[in-house]
Amino acid sequence: MYKIQVIKELHSSEGKMILDVDISVKQGSFTSIVGKSGAGKTTILRMLAGLVKPDKGSIHSGGDVWFDSNTNKNKIPQERSIGFVFQDFALFPNMTVLENLKCVQSEKDEKQIKELLSLTGLTALASCRPDSLSGGQKQRLALARALVRKPKLLILDEPFSAIDQDTRIRLQQEILKIHKSYNLTTILVSHDLTEVLRLSDYVIEIGNGKIMRQGNTDLFFSNEGKTDQFRMTGQVVDLFYENEKRFANVIVGNMLIKVRVEDSMEALLRIGDIVLLSLNDFNPIIKKINT
Amino acid sequence: MDYNLQPLLLSLKLSLTTTLLLFVIGVPIAYWLSKSKSSLKPFWESLISLPLVLPPSVLGFYLLLAFSPNSIFGRFLKEHFDLNLIFSFEGLVIASVIYSLPFMVHPVQSGFQSLPDSLKEAAYTLGISPLNTFVRVLLPNIRPSLLSGIVLSFAHTVGEFGVVLMIGGSIPGVTRVASIAIYEEVDSMHYDVADFYAKVLILASFIILFLLFLANKKYKGKII
Repeated sequence: MYKIQVIKELHSSEGKMILDVDISVKQGSFTSIVGKSGAGKTTILRMLAGLVKPDKGSIHSGGDVWFDSNTNKNKIPQERSIGFVFQDFALFPNMTVLENLKCVQSEKDEKQIKELLSLTGLTALASCRPDSLSGGQKQRLALARALVRKPKLLILDEPFSAIDQDTRIRLQQEILKIHKSYNLTTILVSHDLTEVLRLSDYVIEIGNGKIMRQGNTDLFFSNEGKTDQFRMTGQVVDLFYENEKRFANVIVGNMLIKVRVEDSMEALLRIGDIVLLSLNDFNPIIKKINT
Repeated sequence: MDYNLQPLLLSLKLSLTTTLLLFVIGVPIAYWLSKSKSSLKPFWESLISLPLVLPPSVLGFYLLLAFSPNSIFGRFLKEHFDLNLIFSFEGLVIASVIYSLPFMVHPVQSGFQSLPDSLKEAAYTLGISPLNTFVRVLLPNIRPSLLSGIVLSFAHTVGEFGVVLMIGGSIPGVTRVASIAIYEEVDSMHYDVADFYAKVLILASFIILFLLFLANKKYKGKII
């Protein structure tokens, strides 16, 4: 369990703001932090990594104290077991793909490097420099590099923002696979609710430096809008016409639900979209979440 | 034509020594300035940049006073280290380091400022120590700036005149560098000798600058 109880004064374009949060992240969970720009999401990640010092509070990783303002303890980033994937990837431009991975190893381990290159599909590009890689390849390299130290906690700061939609979905699946196979605890900051829904099992919404809402992903999204209506989230797996009317097949849990698509939604929906289903006069209504 | 290579070799020795010292001193100063949020930063930046705007004779005059055995600093050096910085090669080196400091610090500082913070932060989160991050990640990624700093410091020291004349005078083999030799040869109406020294300096300066631009072109695009 990661416990982040911190207070930090932030200076944004809108003036002074106090970031005051108490977050618990379960071991092995995939937690997403969402919220508007400037809400303090990235600062939370940076405090967790030891890149920003909180004004007050404590950060615990299991029984290990990473930060405690009472005892003046503040572990440097090098001493925290984390893998951090930055928004701009922060690859070392002077090194090749292979060197970017090797420079992280404290002891030479060719086997591990080979495994990571193969896992991220970069084996053929090992001798290339980062500036010749595509956005998706850079992201894979950043991820592989973050895994070299075998961290327990993987921190992803809007890692897909610079990547096109198709590559993004593929990479998200890969990250999910790595998260499970490496038994990682992952924390993601994202603006893309579809991505959050697809990847995470717990969501925390930050607004003005405070936790606005938090909960298991299904519960979090189904409460959106705070109405009494019955709502469910699902994913569109098929779009088709029947009697000149547009329909969508939506997977909710392990059920396949056929829903009539209203004219206003027709142009917006694509296969793979995460949608919100609600009932109106006992007829299901479909609404795209990330619009 | 009665010339010898001594002034040219002395200029080369002075420039190499000065550039080496400037690299060791200037790079950490440039890094500190690029990261500093201190309210005193403009003060230090102004102080380091002073040689850019001051007449060399002003700097030379005060260094002459400071290095003089009659001054506290000069006396201290003489008594404790048996070092006399006036009319000596060591004095020229110290004066040149001060005089060329902005030529090393400015390009290197710009280089560090152009690097995103995430590069250093990523290295830290990957367990790389601050010293290793500096040497293996930051420095190699500002190669063109380092090269600029090195070449400009070297070339500026070669072309130094006022400061050298003020504190070094013109002692053959000790402080009589090429720029001083040119002045003296012209003064003695030995235009052919002055012409020789001057041509060598022009050629050497052009080659240095040409190599700098060539190297910068090569590195362009490899840096973020």
